Amino acid sequence: MAESAYLPGLAVQTSDVLVSPRHSALVRVTHWIFSLSFIGLVVSGFAIILAHPHFYWGETGGIGTPSLFDLPLPTMLGGPSGWGRSLHFQSAWIAVLTGLLYAISGILTQHFRHQLLPTRGDLSWRSVRASIREHLRFKRPVEEDSYNVLQRLSYLAVIFFFFPLIIITGLAMSPVIVSVFPFVVTVFGGQQSARTIHFFLANLVVLFLLIHIAMVILAGFTRRMRAMITGRTAATKEPS
Amino acid sequence: MSDPLSRRKLITRGLAAAAGLSGLAVAGRLASHYGLIPPDCGGVWGLGETLTYATQRILMSHHSLAREFNRTEISKVIPVSGPPPETELFHHLLAGGFADWRLTIDGMVARPSTFSLDQIKRFPSRSQITHQACEEGWSFIAEWTGVPLSYVLNLVGVSPQARFVVFFPFDESWDSLDLPDAFHPQTFLAYGLNGQDLPTSHGAPLRLRVARQLGYKSVKYLSHITVTDSLKNIGKGLGSAAPESGYSWFAGI
Repeated sequence: MAESAYLPGLAVQTSDVLVSPRHSALVRVTHWIFSLSFIGLVVSGFAIILAHPHFYWGETGGIGTPSLFDLPLPTMLGGPSGWGRSLHFQSAWIAVLTGLLYAISGILTQHFRHQLLPTRGDLSWRSVRASIREHLRFKRPVEEDSYNVLQRLSYLAVIFFFFPLIIITGLAMSPVIVSVFPFVVTVFGGQQSARTIHFFLANLVVLFLLIHIAMVILAGFTRRMRAMITGRTAATKEPS
Repeated sequence: MSDPLSRRKLITRGLAAAAGLSGLAVAGRLASHYGLIPPDCGGVWGLGETLTYATQRILMSHHSLAREFNRTEISKVIPVSGPPPETELFHHLLAGGFADWRLTIDGMVARPSTFSLDQIKRFPSRSQITHQACEEGWSFIAEWTGVPLSYVLNLVGVSPQARFVVFFPFDESWDSLDLPDAFHPQTFLAYGLNGQDLPTSHGAPLRLRVARQLGYKSVKYLSHITVTDSLKNIGKGLGSAAPESGYSWFAGI
C-alpha cells in the first residue's frame, strides 16, 4: 500500500512503470523470509543426511540391514549433527508459518486465482505446447505482466503439492505426531519410506529453486530482484 | 517535538509497548506454569525447541499411544549405539550378574526407595512391540518387557509439586522426562528385549523405554531416579546431557 504513494513521482521519470507493484509487500516479505528458512532447511537437511547417508523402504532400516540406496559418503561424516536437527526444525517452523501466511493471503486476495491459476485458454494443448516449445528453445522471456502457463503450473504444483507433501513426510518421522495420527506414516508405507520420500521431495524442490534462479537470471536478474525487493519494475531497458 | 499530538502519540505508543511487553511476560509465565517451556528454551535454537514442545503439549494428547507391531515385524538387527559404561562399579555389578545392583528412587516422593532387579521383575510386567528411531536416521522394531514407570512412580508416591523425573545411568547420559511422558502408559523401566534378558549392549540391567521420543531418550544402564520440580540445578540446567552436546531435550519432534 505504501508504494502507491511514491508512484506518481516515479511516473514522471519513467514512463511505463506498472501502476501497481509487481509483487505486493506481503509476497515480498514472505518470499525473502521463506528463502532464508529454505536455505536453512537445505543446509541442515544435508547435515542430517551426513550422519546416516543410507535410505531404506518400509518401517525400519539401519547398518546391517539391506538399504534401498546409499549415498557415496561415509557414515557420521562431520560427527554428530545436533545443530543440523535444531536448525532444520527452527527453519521448518519459520518456513511453515511464513508459507501459511502467504498461502492464506494468496487465497483471500485471490492472488492465486488471478496470477497463478491457468486460464481455460492457457490449458489448451496448443498453448501448453507453444509454451513448452519456447522454453525448450531457451528463448529469453519477454517482459510480461502475467505468468506463462508452465510457470503457473509449476508454481501451483510446488505451493500446493510438493511443499505440503514434504511437510507431511517430515511429520511422518515424528514419534508424537504418528502416535496421534498413525495414517500420516502408514500412508507412505512406514517411517523409513517417509524419510526416503522426504529426501526425494527435497531434491525436487531444490531443483525447482535452481530452475527458478536460472529463470530469474535469464529474465533479467537486476530487474527481477528489484521487483521482488522494492515491488517496482523499472521501465528503462537494462543493459544486457 | 513540541506538537502536542506527537507527544500524545509518543505516550500512547509507550504505553502500548509497555502493555505488549508485560503481556508477553505474562504469557511466558503462564506457558511456564502450564509446562509449555522446555528446559533448553534458551540460546539460538530456543525458538524452535519451544514452538515444537509447546505445540505438541497443547495440541497433542498426552496419552496417545505409539503404534504397536506384530512379532513378525520385529527387526532382525538391532544396532547398538554407544559402548557400556566404563566405571569400575558397573563392571563389578556386571560381573556379579547384577545381583548387587540397586535402583534408587528419591527426590520429591513420599517414600524414597531402593529396589533390586528381582523386586522390579516381580512388579506387574508388560510388553510392547514398538518402533524406535535414532536421531541419526536408522530405526528398528523390538519387543520390550518391563514395568510401566507410572507403576513405580505411584508406588513411591510422587509429590503434587513435582514436575520432572530425572534418570541417572552409570555413564554421563543422564536425562529427564516431564510428567506427561513419565506417566505415559508405554514408558517402561525395561529389563527384557525380544523375550531375553536385556543384553549389556542394550542397557542391562535396566533401561528406560520412551515410546514417543527418539532413541536417545531411552536411557540405558539406569542407576538412580530423582523426582523434582526444577531442572535448573542439575548438570547445566538444560534438562539432560543431550542439549549439552547440541541435541534437543524434547525428542518427540
